[in-house]
Amino acid sequence: MSGLATGSIYALAALGFTLLWQASGTINFAQGEFVMLPAFVMIIFMQMDISFIGSVALTCIVAVIVLGWLFKRGLVDPLFKYGMMPIVVATIGLSIAMRNGVRAGYSAQPLNFPSIFPADLYHIAGVTISNSDIGTFVMALVLVLLTQTFITKTVTGRAMQAVAQNTESAAVLGINVPRMIFYTFAINALLAVAAALLVTPTYLAKFDMGESLGNKAFFAAIIGGFNNSNGALLGGLLVGVCENLAAAYISPAYKDAVALIIFMVVILFKPQGLLGRREERKV
Amino acid sequence: MKLKTLLICIAVLVVLILTPFYLKTYGVHLLTTWLIFIIATMGLNLTIGYAGQKSLGQAAFFGIGAYTVAIFLKLGLSFWIGLPVGALICFFAGVLLGFPALRVQTIYLAFATLGFNTAVWLIMRNEEWLTGGTFGMNNVPRPTLLDFNLDNNRNYYFIVLAVTLVMGLLLWGLIKSPWGKSFTALRDNPIRAESLGIHVRNYTLMSFAIGAGYAGIAGGLYASLVQFIDPSLFTVGSSIMMYLMVVVGGPGYFLGPLLGSAVGVVLPEWLRFAQAWYLFIFGTAVILLMIWLPDGLLSIPERIRARKLAKEASDARARDAKRMQEQTTNGEATA
Amino acid sequence: MSTHLNQRQPVLRVENLCKSYGAIQAVGGVSFEVMPGEIFGVIGPNGSGKTTLFNSMLGQITPNSGRIELNGQDVTRLGPLELNHLGVGRTFQTLQVFGKMSVRDNLIVAAQEHHGSMLSRIFAPTDSGLGDKADQLINLFNMGHVAHKKAGELSYGQQKLVDIAMAFMSEPALVLLDEPCAGVNPSLVGGISKLLKELNHKQGGSFVVIEHNMDFVMDLCHRIMVMVEGRVLAIGTPGEIRANKEVLEAYLGS
Repeated sequence: MSGLATGSIYALAALGFTLLWQASGTINFAQGEFVMLPAFVMIIFMQMDISFIGSVALTCIVAVIVLGWLFKRGLVDPLFKYGMMPIVVATIGLSIAMRNGVRAGYSAQPLNFPSIFPADLYHIAGVTISNSDIGTFVMALVLVLLTQTFITKTVTGRAMQAVAQNTESAAVLGINVPRMIFYTFAINALLAVAAALLVTPTYLAKFDMGESLGNKAFFAAIIGGFNNSNGALLGGLLVGVCENLAAAYISPAYKDAVALIIFMVVILFKPQGLLGRREERKV
Repeated sequence: MKLKTLLICIAVLVVLILTPFYLKTYGVHLLTTWLIFIIATMGLNLTIGYAGQKSLGQAAFFGIGAYTVAIFLKLGLSFWIGLPVGALICFFAGVLLGFPALRVQTIYLAFATLGFNTAVWLIMRNEEWLTGGTFGMNNVPRPTLLDFNLDNNRNYYFIVLAVTLVMGLLLWGLIKSPWGKSFTALRDNPIRAESLGIHVRNYTLMSFAIGAGYAGIAGGLYASLVQFIDPSLFTVGSSIMMYLMVVVGGPGYFLGPLLGSAVGVVLPEWLRFAQAWYLFIFGTAVILLMIWLPDGLLSIPERIRARKLAKEASDARARDAKRMQEQTTNGEATA
Repeated sequence: MSTHLNQRQPVLRVENLCKSYGAIQAVGGVSFEVMPGEIFGVIGPNGSGKTTLFNSMLGQITPNSGRIELNGQDVTRLGPLELNHLGVGRTFQTLQVFGKMSVRDNLIVAAQEHHGSMLSRIFAPTDSGLGDKADQLINLFNMGHVAHKKAGELSYGQQKLVDIAMAFMSEPALVLLDEPCAGVNPSLVGGISKLLKELNHKQGGSFVVIEHNMDFVMDLCHRIMVMVEGRVLAIGTPGEIRANKEVLEAYLGS
């Protein structure tokens, strides 16, 4: 169902969120814009007559440099020791800047974007499923699982986990903490590019596409559990599916409210998220 | 209070009183909005700046205050009753919001306040019988006060100014009283604070309650200012903006909200000359401001002082080193 | 029923205190008494359960069994807040001053909530009438020249002094000091010992002191309790403890 497809896009963005939080305690209010930017970058490259695949590849590189390295060095590193407040506000400023920078600098109009999937429709059991829905879901799932596997099975990934759980011990063990944190940011950047690839064909590229996506992803991450990567997947899919069901059976107007409602219910009963672990007050 | 600070305050007051006479309607409107947001952010500053809590739900209280006044006025009741009633409702709602703060920490507390904001917003949007739903409430009148014509924007500005001053003085008194130290203790080291007999629980709840009450008053004033309110003014986005204002101004500094609200309310308007780019510049400005001054604009004097002290220390070290060097060369010469 | 006419009631009585973490018994059946005005030391190798004992006594953690009495009143299940109001003060192993407040304010806030209601405090003067008291302690601790500096700007040793001073602001009947000399320059240790003796004399409170610095403990304390592996090995005067063969073994043997 297309709910799963939308949900898996939310899951990708939400995963980036939780990874960043776990690795560096950063809440990135600009996460939605992090998905929006690669979409436009790819469009720009394609307008320069670079092939689609080439544009994607180039954008990945640009994303890792700008959304990964530059973001980390320029914004997160200097503010890290001042606690959550300055970083949060700086990312708020970043999201405003990115959104309006694209609007003023490039275009305020929605732009077309090629899909990576052929546009077929299937009719199964009275439900219409499009190729891109399946493809999106599968690809997102693959990416999430890939990221999970990377983190849990490879040496680098485990080092990243160590850094996320206990930065000081990790440093003592000889792990290059800054580099591990950078890898997390880089993965986030790549996930954002992937999300852009999957979401833009359907919803078109517009400067404010990041706003609603970012919000939903944020809520999805919280719903699933902010300190658990699997939570991002669960949260994203849950929100995506429920939104679709609500739009179909209740009314389209309530679609946006769904994420909020689920969010509220979860917060009330389990503030650490469905899959989250309780974080104790530190003595 | 130091003489210098007192003079600055008087100067600022004089400017605030005289300026509206030189501005057109739009300028007066902007100034009034700025004052209203000062009240709201003063409250938030108490909660997150002085007491160190996390609150991303201030706009909900702002909205409750606004709708309470609007409903009272629609029912033909006095603004001057609606305003305190709104503040009281917010106060008690703030206590309610403080309870999660006792159980969850930092980021999860932030999420809980977001949830609260969302809940309130949903109620505003859906309960048409009460709030007019998505259509909002329009034709909110200005309050009546004796013979003053408060439909005149300048007169309304002065009323708002008076309320702002009163709220400011009250907050000043609170911070100066032992409560101020208790809040700071709660922020900096709640474990130690508790072992010193400080009622950490109660102060936490109070920090939310008072902060909420201030937002309620601000909201009520805002309703009569813009005379049309709808739920879109009180979203999580607005809470985030208010949070930004407190942090940019300087959390824990008394006058932080003045500067922060100026940045949030006035700056975007000043930047309009840049047309399409004005929000981009605003966003970038916020980023740069945070990188340069993570503790907010009012941390500038402290930074200058710290830099001066550091320079004096390194100068002293250099002098000592030089003296030692001279002594050894002299020693060698005489040896 | 006491048979001695002069016997005073102990300020602190701990009876058979036990605290286990899963299978590990951190504190196993510890009993002792502290008399009014007494300085009582607690020593023992690392892992002997001293800090767990402290945290149980201070309401930070709940013991599995046993009883703690303060001036005859059962306080076993009370938390840090209530204990403070009953006259128990403490210092922490890691530095716990309020870095952004001045030294003087640190001392004032250390005692301002000891009496009175929250509501009355809104109308109280800034220093809650504790200004003189704070100045007295500042002079005693020789910190007059840094009294108005932010506590976070002081050296470690100075902050430690502030930490200790804070515990004494409300003149508690019982003060628990958790390693007051940890990380302090050896030249300052004698000064701390002198200060504690003076405060003991002036305020008349009882102290329970955990410390590893043996000279410090022997010089300062009236009686000392030795803990090993969660149990009490010996209680006695410094002289008795020094001569106790079992104690020597416990420290050197294992």
